[in-house]
Amino acid sequence: MAVASGGLILLLAVACLVGPPLIAATWGYDEQTQDLAYGPQPPSWKHPFGTDFYGRDLLVRVLSGGRVSLTVGFLAALVAATIGTVYGAVSSYAGGLVDAVMMRAVDVLYALPYMFLVIILVTILGKSLLLVFLALGAVGWLLTARVVRGQVMSLKQQDFVLAAKSLGTPGRDIVFRHLIPNTLGPVIVTFTLTVPSMILQEAFLSFLGLGVQAPRASLGALINDGANQMLVFWWTLVFPGSVMAIMLFALNFLGDGVRDALDPRMRR
Amino acid sequence: MSTLPQTESSPLLEVRDLAVRFQLERPGGLLSRGHDELRAVDGVTLSVRRGETLGLVGESGCGKSTTGRAVLQLLKPSAGTVVFDGQPIHDWWVRKGRRWVWDARLRELRRRMQMIFQDPFASLNPRMTVEAILTEPLRNFGLTGGGDRRRRVQELMATVGMDPRFIRRYPHEFSGGQRQRIGIARALALGPDLIVADEPISALDVSIQAQILNLLARLREELGLTMIFIAHDLAAVRHISDRIAVMYLGRIVEEADAHEIVAAPRHPYTQALISAVPVPDPVQEATRQRTVLSGEVPSPVNPPSGCPFHTRCPLREDRCTRDVPVLREIAPGHRVACHLVE
Amino acid sequence: MSDTTTEPSPPGDDAEAVLTIRDLRTFFQTDGHVVKAVDGVSFSVRRGETLGVVGESGSGKSVACLSALRLVPSPPAFHPSGEIRFQGRDLLRLPEREIEALRGNRLAMIFQDPMTSLNPYLRVARQLTEVLEVHQGTTPAAARREAIAMLERVGIPDAGRRIDQYPHQFSGGMRQRVMIAMALLCQPEVLLADEPTTALDVTVQAQILELIAELQASLGTAVVLVTHDLGVVAGTADRVVVMYAGRIVEEGPTGELFANPQHPYTRGLLASMPRIDTPPTGHLEAIAGLPPDLGHLPTGCAFHPRCPLASDRCRREEPPVVAISATHRAACFEVEAGG
Repeated sequence: MAVASGGLILLLAVACLVGPPLIAATWGYDEQTQDLAYGPQPPSWKHPFGTDFYGRDLLVRVLSGGRVSLTVGFLAALVAATIGTVYGAVSSYAGGLVDAVMMRAVDVLYALPYMFLVIILVTILGKSLLLVFLALGAVGWLLTARVVRGQVMSLKQQDFVLAAKSLGTPGRDIVFRHLIPNTLGPVIVTFTLTVPSMILQEAFLSFLGLGVQAPRASLGALINDGANQMLVFWWTLVFPGSVMAIMLFALNFLGDGVRDALDPRMRR
Repeated sequence: MSTLPQTESSPLLEVRDLAVRFQLERPGGLLSRGHDELRAVDGVTLSVRRGETLGLVGESGCGKSTTGRAVLQLLKPSAGTVVFDGQPIHDWWVRKGRRWVWDARLRELRRRMQMIFQDPFASLNPRMTVEAILTEPLRNFGLTGGGDRRRRVQELMATVGMDPRFIRRYPHEFSGGQRQRIGIARALALGPDLIVADEPISALDVSIQAQILNLLARLREELGLTMIFIAHDLAAVRHISDRIAVMYLGRIVEEADAHEIVAAPRHPYTQALISAVPVPDPVQEATRQRTVLSGEVPSPVNPPSGCPFHTRCPLREDRCTRDVPVLREIAPGHRVACHLVE
Repeated sequence: MSDTTTEPSPPGDDAEAVLTIRDLRTFFQTDGHVVKAVDGVSFSVRRGETLGVVGESGSGKSVACLSALRLVPSPPAFHPSGEIRFQGRDLLRLPEREIEALRGNRLAMIFQDPMTSLNPYLRVARQLTEVLEVHQGTTPAAARREAIAMLERVGIPDAGRRIDQYPHQFSGGMRQRVMIAMALLCQPEVLLADEPTTALDVTVQAQILELIAELQASLGTAVVLVTHDLGVVAGTADRVVVMYAGRIVEEGPTGELFANPQHPYTRGLLASMPRIDTPPTGHLEAIAGLPPDLGHLPTGCAFHPRCPLASDRCRREEPPVVAISATHRAACFEVEAGG
């Protein structure tokens, strides 16, 4: 199942990457090409996903939107995972007052309305795509930090950590070479939960007009537009929505598979 | 059993009045104050000569593992002195903020004293190859480089009887006994003088225990190791040790040559312990005299007053509930802590 | 034991045998291959007798006992052959409902780890009275009285008060006593004890073994004691069965087996144990090699990779059962009958 999902995600990713330029080369239009006279039309042979209000081909828009969503999702989740892992591991290994302070900071941040912070960040720093996923990542590391801290708390009691200490291994090496590699399992799983979450957050930002700016679009923005018109132009919602749903399902199964594959105990 | 070497008389390790105490928070709500004190090690004095193997025996909660770790300074003793090769290593801790850490001398000392752990599953990092595990100590101390390291690692594997080709494998690919061999190889990597083996065979199958005991005995001979062998299996301890110290609730109750302590135990606890060890001989089992103790080991959080053993001792007298007996030499090389043995 | 001729009846299988296991096989279907945890095991136990089942990890001793009570989850386990006779019925073929009525009632089991064998969320009283109420329809009040009496009998001081405590308030040895009390409340015919003292200190072990022996004497229970400790077996068992890689390699009365061990594995085990009753020698005669991998057993005799007497025949064929005496048998090519 995981392998199938992985394959699917790969396929989607390739399609999103290669699709739009290919279509542009073959048929001469990209996601921004408008045809106002044509207007919104249901799916046809020429436009398999139909067209939107401005006559833009929806298939191309979905593919390039997918590219944006995947990029934002993965990169933001990666930033979150990295920050969270290091933070959680260091906090847990340090223990005592340091740990208490660091985790209280996490608690406080957790309690703040997440979207609020992201909105503030994006408003202050501008609306570039780079900043969007930095902002998302900067706030999304909290869960990973907690998960990793818990893992490390139990790991550091294990004999192999004591053995490393008794062999003269310095603290920094213990954290990075012993503790963190053994937290990869839960981190990967959290990562794959974070990716779809990031994709959705970005969609919400788009809804507020703070995400990717028109005329470029992410899947989230497309879904938004589609939702507004769904009673009349159903295809503008159905196609982006289905692609998004498939993507999210596949990501979850892929995550399970990657976690199992990374566990040396499962390697036979 | 190895013969004692005729070398210098000053011991390699001298421990005096060692104590390790833990403060436990008393459970139960915001308003309950105070801490309970857990006296894991409550005044241990012992010494080990170069090349000698001291067996530390006792049941759960007696503090033998904690003693081993405190001797190696893997945890900081609460009180007492530990002198290794003439150096007071218990003093080599420095304060860093609210915590105590090793100073440079203690870190350097790792090269001379190492530990073998009990659980072959938990003592090796499951995500590191054997090569990485054995290289780590070498790297920490900048010993040898690159290609030399690999050779050293292969040497270590061969020393503990493992095929050197297996260094690319992960711990889970080995059996318990093999993992324990890897753990031993790791402990030997830095060429230590003193090895503390903390229950090295308890987690292994019976047929493998003998293999590991033989290995340890052979290594001790070849490398001139000084060893503290901690276990609850009296038979195994006796097999490999020159001297044995019996612990109960954080204290040593009897200490003597290995064969003497089994042949002529003087402390009532030692006697009960020996009589409780099952012997694979049905005739003996049917006829031997057993001293079956009543009750269980008291909690080290609230140790009994006076002699810690008095709650279960068949020979208890009034004196025993009040006064703590001192570990006293009653015959050459034989020490006992009991009021009734003079 | 497995052999190529007809299956002889195990020693002790007469009208007095309370539980008879015949040619039991318990295999596990894992992806790829079949793990033969128990591969043709037969033994029986009489009223008031203690049968010691000795083996190391992978020997199948625990799985054999669990199979007797149908406690092995199937799937993935299955029994290609075997019969477990108790009170005239074959336990392997009983419907689940009927087995449930027997478990804890006529056949009881105690396990190794006293920490995890009791439900930490329930008071001891509830765990004990439940057994009586379910199996014997005792009223709650009477069940409580009986439970307290049993706790006193197994040596729990202040039983009337302690019965209302939770398992974590008992020490390891005490918890094991509670387990024994729970197992014996309905006065079962058979008690299966799977490494009951392995996790306990040796002085506590002595107490528990003494307790089991005492209760057995007064209740007439048949006890199957599974252990890896030959010393324990020497002190408590009337007869011994030695298992390796899912099969019985030697069996006989305790005295005979220890005085005259015939199978190389049994001899190897005895020779490799450090003992406190004999002067220490410099070197232990360890059994070479590693414990068997039940998923990938060698051809012929499963022990041959580690056996000092292994011959070509041992590598090719499975050894027959040889009678060393009327009551003592071993499965080995190198053992002479009557020897």
